[in-house]
Amino acid sequence: MRSWSRERSWEVLLALILVGTIAYNATQSDVYLDVDNFVNIFRLSIEKVIIAVAMTFVIVSGEIDLSVASVMAFSACTLAFAYDSGVPFWLAIVLALVAAAAAGLLQGWVIASTGISSLVVTLAGLIGFRGAARVLLEDRSIGDFPAWFGDVGRADFIGPMPFGLVLFLVLLVLGGIVLHRSVVGRRLFVLGDNAEVARFSGIDVARTKVLLFIASAFVAGVAGVLFAARLGSVRANIGEGFELDIITMVLLGGVSIFGGSGTLLGVALAIGIVLNLRNGLGLANVESNTQTGVIGVLLIASVLAQNALDRLPLRRSGADAQEAAA
Amino acid sequence: MSSTAAVARSPVWIRPERIKELSLIGVIALMLVVFSFLVDDYLGGRFFNRVTTSVAITAVLAVAQTIVIITRNIDLSVGSIVGVSAYITGEYVRDHPSSSALVGIALALGIGLLLGAVNGTIVAWGRVPAIVTTLGTLAIYRSWLVSHGEGRTITADSLPSWVVELPNRTVFSVGELDVRLIFAVVVAIVVVLQIALQRLRWGRRLYAIGSNPDAATQAGLPTRRLVFSAFCACGALSGLAGFLFLARFGNITVVAGQGLELDSVAAAVVGGVSVLGGSGTLLGAFLGAVLIDVLDQSLVRVPQVSEFWRNAILGALILAAVVADAAIGRRFRRRWSAEARPHTRVEPAEEEKEPTHA
Repeated sequence: MRSWSRERSWEVLLALILVGTIAYNATQSDVYLDVDNFVNIFRLSIEKVIIAVAMTFVIVSGEIDLSVASVMAFSACTLAFAYDSGVPFWLAIVLALVAAAAAGLLQGWVIASTGISSLVVTLAGLIGFRGAARVLLEDRSIGDFPAWFGDVGRADFIGPMPFGLVLFLVLLVLGGIVLHRSVVGRRLFVLGDNAEVARFSGIDVARTKVLLFIASAFVAGVAGVLFAARLGSVRANIGEGFELDIITMVLLGGVSIFGGSGTLLGVALAIGIVLNLRNGLGLANVESNTQTGVIGVLLIASVLAQNALDRLPLRRSGADAQEAAA
Repeated sequence: MSSTAAVARSPVWIRPERIKELSLIGVIALMLVVFSFLVDDYLGGRFFNRVTTSVAITAVLAVAQTIVIITRNIDLSVGSIVGVSAYITGEYVRDHPSSSALVGIALALGIGLLLGAVNGTIVAWGRVPAIVTTLGTLAIYRSWLVSHGEGRTITADSLPSWVVELPNRTVFSVGELDVRLIFAVVVAIVVVLQIALQRLRWGRRLYAIGSNPDAATQAGLPTRRLVFSAFCACGALSGLAGFLFLARFGNITVVAGQGLELDSVAAAVVGGVSVLGGSGTLLGAFLGAVLIDVLDQSLVRVPQVSEFWRNAILGALILAAVVADAAIGRRFRRRWSAEARPHTRVEPAEEEKEPTHA
């Protein structure tokens, strides 16, 4: 298990960066270490980090889903459109989630049955489902949702945490168990490592892929509903460009873009780094766009560092020894 | 799909790339016929001029993207390169109004080449996957531009007249069809690079890398230098696209070109370029860009279709194009290998590439 030590060392590196970021930020602002500040950091990006958990599963399996932000908007617009047309609100939420899952089913089915790369199919999805959202709402903005719905998005749910943050933490723990401690997770790693091997070891590759993309789209749909709840109104262009931020978080977390390796803990640490870095740079009056540049540098530097670590003679011999022992 | 060598030797009368290109031309023709029933006064000089003017930028980017995709890589930073090139070149020609057109174009190409070389270095020698590298540089180039520009806009009336008038320069006219200088240049670029990819050792080697990177290395190809050169070519062409962007729009903000990376990938994919590398032609990518642009320019004129349907139809079109391509490809491949077998020694199956993204 060569990847084991590699992933562990990566997580340690991320943890050090995270602690460093938080420590530096704490010296810059007195309120930084307040629980409220931490909750707030997450609150503003809650949809992205929820989708990042699902994206980890997709990328570990050797696929990619570029359509998540568009599916998120499609779900939110379905909710708003249905509600605006007089559908009861609970049913509108159900419809939004069903619409998102159907979007995933369509993409997953095409990917599994034709063998076309998921990059291409979900690129079509990125354009197409954004288009579907636009067909539904055109250039309108729909709001005036029931008051309880706004509370779901904004009010404290458990302690100081809003519902979205609780959901994220639950997803993270459940996702970690499924990905790293269950048969399903092992299969996804095998699939990502080598689809051929997966097929020969009796994994129903097509079915797994369809379910994977349904799950990814469904989570994006939930994020869309939460987005509607948090902002209180929906437009067709919400969340444009989110997919790149989300993929950045996952890759920074040490998940290989080629599939087959990575940990959810790494992604959680990367999410912490990205959010704290943005917040800290914001407190230091660095504009948001420069923050994006810094995260871009971090993304490339992280893989360069990983490659450099692999080249150290010490590490190589250690990994080989482990492999020989296994 | 990557079996061009085997197919060329086989007795099959036409190569698979040509079939893709011909079917794209067929689809474009079909679209023109359908739209001419839906829209009054549709086909004509003005429509031709509008499409050929607007397609230039995406066509150059589709070609740029294809060169990189052929090597089984991807460049998501082209939109940011367009923005940087357009903005910096715009600043320069604004501040040096007497400078010649060649200086402006050379500057735009140079900026693109430099940024492409950065991508290429990180991918080839840093061994960072292309999608990660260019996702990073997409953010880095753009954020540099935003902090450099500080929200200032370059306005068309501050630019020398030769820049702003460039899109309307006509080389020759056939009846009421004006062939614009820009369009002629873009077509020339496509043709020259297509021949270079098809005939030059450099081009064949790019295909070889994309078909099987390990085999290319084993065969002693300088894979790193070749991948680097592909990113440089892509960057330079994106820089040129930045110049075209400047000439076409005149008013350049720091977000210029945002999102063009997805358009370029979409055009290449519709044009039959495989994102798994090793297959696809520049002519196909060019036709893909034309197809998307014709659709775009036509939909806005159909009274029954609101502008809000544009993306939904485009997404469905891309999906239909790649699904049809996969289905047709599978059928033809079977026939080709059956026909070719008695005459030449052909591998039993063209390698079915694993359906993972690269």
